[in-house]
This record gives sequence, structure tokens and C-alpha cells, in this order.
Amino acid sequence: MLRVKSFSSKSTQRAAMVFVWGAGAVTMLILLAIIGYVLAQGIPEISWSFLTTKPEGGLSGDGGISTVIVSTIYLVGLTIAILLIPGIGAGIYLAEYAPDNRMTRTIRYGIETLAGIPSIVFGLFGFALFVSALHFNFSLLSGALTLVCLLLPTLIRTTEEAIKAVPRGHREGGLALGATKWQTIRHVVLPAALPGIVTGVILCVGRAIEETACLYVTLGGSAAMPTSLMSGGRTLSLHLFYLAMETNAFEKAMATGAVLILTIIIINTITNWLSYRYQVKMRGRL
Amino acid sequence: MSRYFIDRASKYVVFVCAFASIVILGAIAVFIFKKGLPAFQQVGIIDFLFGTEWRPGQDQYGILPMVVGSLAVTAGAMLLSIPLGVGCAILLAEVAPFKVRQFLRPAVELLVGIPSVVYGLVGMLLVVPAIRQIGGTGFSIAAASIVLTAMVLPTVISISEDSIRAVPRGYKEGSLAMGATQWQTIWHVLLPAARSGIIAAVILGMGRAIGETMAMIMVIGNSVIIPNSPLDSARTLTGNIAVEINYATGVHESALFATGVVLFFLIIILNSIALLVLKRGGRLRAAG
Repeated sequence: MLRVKSFSSKSTQRAAMVFVWGAGAVTMLILLAIIGYVLAQGIPEISWSFLTTKPEGGLSGDGGISTVIVSTIYLVGLTIAILLIPGIGAGIYLAEYAPDNRMTRTIRYGIETLAGIPSIVFGLFGFALFVSALHFNFSLLSGALTLVCLLLPTLIRTTEEAIKAVPRGHREGGLALGATKWQTIRHVVLPAALPGIVTGVILCVGRAIEETACLYVTLGGSAAMPTSLMSGGRTLSLHLFYLAMETNAFEKAMATGAVLILTIIIINTITNWLSYRYQVKMRGRL
Repeated sequence: MSRYFIDRASKYVVFVCAFASIVILGAIAVFIFKKGLPAFQQVGIIDFLFGTEWRPGQDQYGILPMVVGSLAVTAGAMLLSIPLGVGCAILLAEVAPFKVRQFLRPAVELLVGIPSVVYGLVGMLLVVPAIRQIGGTGFSIAAASIVLTAMVLPTVISISEDSIRAVPRGYKEGSLAMGATQWQTIWHVLLPAARSGIIAAVILGMGRAIGETMAMIMVIGNSVIIPNSPLDSARTLTGNIAVEINYATGVHESALFATGVVLFFLIIILNSIALLVLKRGGRLRAAG
């Protein structure tokens, strides 16, 4: 039975709707406040010279972000290059091969757990293993390897979902033609799942750009132009952190923040568009 | 090589890829424990967890102030984000027309994508001065809780919305057919049915809150004292590691790894509870 309290169900309904719409409005306002504030303050500071001169350091935070952009691109590229094979491979295993047994459940539990571990704990691990034990020091390589560990669950999950979304008929067609299971996966399933996998990879690019804590303790934070895998560096996010905490250059920090937000908006738009296209395509074939 | 050989070999290759996650998880545990062990041995587990003094210069390593700091900001963030997030989830799942959802959902997705340092920066420039008007320096638990709320909201919203949507249609139609209002249906039928998913959403949100590092460093003030009021400065477990790891050596460094061990356990416990709750609810839709 419904417990109707002393006030009428109509006024409760009205009050509840006010609350629910209010919650939505506050959420929207938070987003608009953050994005609007950073873009309004930051975009006027962005200029060609800001993007193409190197940071001078010091308390005033003079200079631009050229070396920071280069470091970010190198780091993200390196991370994705290392991440692709284990991430997609594990996704294929879970979607196509994994039997329903204890080993599979353990692997899934491991991936879920890994996904929840805080960035700074990955940072500690990277610091202990890559920076200290393996003597990679504070470098792009250490940072990238740490990021790979952090991003692995994301790519595995998106790959698995993309592969599972491929209709059964595709596989049966491949196998009926006499292809082996791997040939079917390689030549039929993967191409069909490609847009979904690409979406996952772009998602990882976005997260690599956002990540700060694990890089703060593995990348070193050098503002110089990286020359090799073993050079230190700083990403846009790290640069923003240093500017905000160690200098008074809040305008520069805002400008860096605006570059970051614009990048993230572009990445989000691309993934939304891709997954929309993918859904349409899959629906068309079913 | 015959295609049959490749067929068999590739099965093992992709298995190794999948197994890598377990190896990494194990390696993280082993490395952090090994590095943290000297601190546990020297300080003692009880003194480490419940000691109130953190003075690396005098070899005093008690993390209670940081534990309190982490729990306080997490509690503050949950206090704000549970009503906001569940309200927003109800709006998205049941109330809002398609046009509103079309705007609101990408907005929530975008909140996930904003880097934590940007949250920290906006917190420093907007939230901290606002708190300063009330009292103190502004770098405080209150400021950190507000910043965290914005960061945790997407997790709470998206998982809650999914679980409300997963409630079978018949429940809702039955309730409406009996003459219940829309809100009575939501409150007495849909929310109880979606309870496990909403609880999991909250727990995963707590996990995110406890793990957040950079934004916390930027707005919480980082002083190592047990806070008395929401306007006091504090330090989180995560902040403790990040602020000091780059210059720490010896037992000090080990104590920071031991802080990581505490964090690692906290998160594993929270995530396991969330997975369990989701499984019990029969809707294992792990979230990230």
C-alpha cells in the first residue's frame, strides 16, 4: 500500500518535481560555470606566440606552452602505442574466448579493481618500478608505462563491448566459409568492431590528457623540449598545476586550462559522433 | 606456418594480454607493500594508523590527520552529491523530455572529461574566495568538498540513471495503473527497485572521492592537523603522498608508500562492496 502522508499527493508531486528539475539545473550550472569561467578567462590569453614559445619558468610564469604541447603529444602517442596490443588483445580474449570459469572471473575482478585504483597509487607503483627499480628515471617512458597500467581497464572494457556488439551471423558466416576462429576474428569481427575500438582508443587519449597525479610522480616536470624517451617532461595538466601552485601566473594557468578544455571538447565530440555512426551502422545490419 | 598453428597461438597471445591485468594488479600490491613495509615495522601499524603527529623531520609518522581529512572531504562531497546526483538521475531517467535529456547527458559526460587540475584551478579562484568570506583562509574542507562534489556527480548520476532505467516497465505501469502519481511511483516503486544500483553508484563515487589527488592539493591547504570545522585546512591521504614523495628518502619515503597501502586497501574494500551490491541486485553493470 502507498503510504500517503498528511499532505496531499499532488503537492508532494509538485515539490518533488521542483527538486528534481533543480538538481538538473544545478548540475548544468556547475558545468557551465567551470567551462564558461575557464574559457572566458583563458581564451583571450591564447595567442599564436603563447602556443609556440617555450615556458620560461620563474615566479611570473613567462612564456608559452610549446614544449608542453610537444611533451603531451609524445607522451600520449607513446602511451597509446604501448597500450594498443595488450588492451585490444585482452578485449578479444574476454569477448571471444573466455570460458565461464574461475580464471575468467578472476581476470574480470582484476580489471574492475584496477579500474578503481586511484591515479596516485599508480604513480607510486610507477615511481617504485619504472623510475627507481628499472632506472628509467623521471622520463616520458616511465610516465607512459604508468599511464598504460592505468588506462588498460578502459581500453579492455570498450574493446570487449565493441566486439560483443558484432552480430553472431558475422562469425557464423566466417566459420562456415572454412576460416579458423582467429581468421574469423581477424578478418570479420575486428573490422566490424573497429569504430567501437577506435572510440575506446580516443577515450584513452582523452584520459591520458586529463591524468595528472600519476604523472606528477613519474614524469619529472621538466619544461625543456624532450629529446628522447628518457627525457623528463610535463603535460598540459601538469603545467597548469605548476603554474597554479608555484607561480602567480593565473592568466597563463587559465589559458592552459582553456587549451585543455577545448581539446577535451573536441575529443568528446569525435567519440560521440563515432559511436552514433557505429550504432546506426550496427542497427542497419541487424 | 599453418593457419591452424596461428589459430592456436593467437588464443594464447590474447589470453596473456588479458592475464596482464592480474599481473599488474599483483605487481602494484607487491611493490607498494614492499616499499611500505619498513615504515610499518619501524612505526608499528597502530601508531601509524592512529598517530596524530606527522613530522618526517623528527621521524614521527602518524596518518590519522590525513585519514580524517580524506574521510571529511568524502563525507562532505557525498552529502552534496547524493541528493543532487540521484535527483538528476531521476530527471534523466523518468521526468525530462527527450530534448532536455539531449542537452543534459552530454553535459554530464563532459564533466567526467574535465581534467582534475582544471577543477582545482576553478576551485582556487572561485570557491576558495567564497569560503574565505565565511571565515578562515578559504583553503578548507568545505572548499574541497564542493570541488569534489562536481567531480563525483557524473559517476553518481550515470550509474543511478542506468539502474533506474533497468527497472522493468511493468513495475511502473502497475503502479500508475493503481492510481499512484508519478512521484509516488518513483519514490515507492522505482527507487526501491533500483536501490542496489544507486548504492553501488554512491560507493563508486566515494572511491573516486577518496582517490582524487591534484584538485584536493590545490584547494584544501594541505596542513597536517586534525580539522575541527569544515572551514579548517586539512590534508588528504592522496595529497600527503603527492606533496612529499619527490623529496622523501628512507623511512619517510617508506611511510608515504605505507600511506599508499592504506589507500589501496580502502579502495579495494569499497570497490568489492560496490561489485557485491551490484551482483546481488542482479545487474552487474560495472562502471568507470
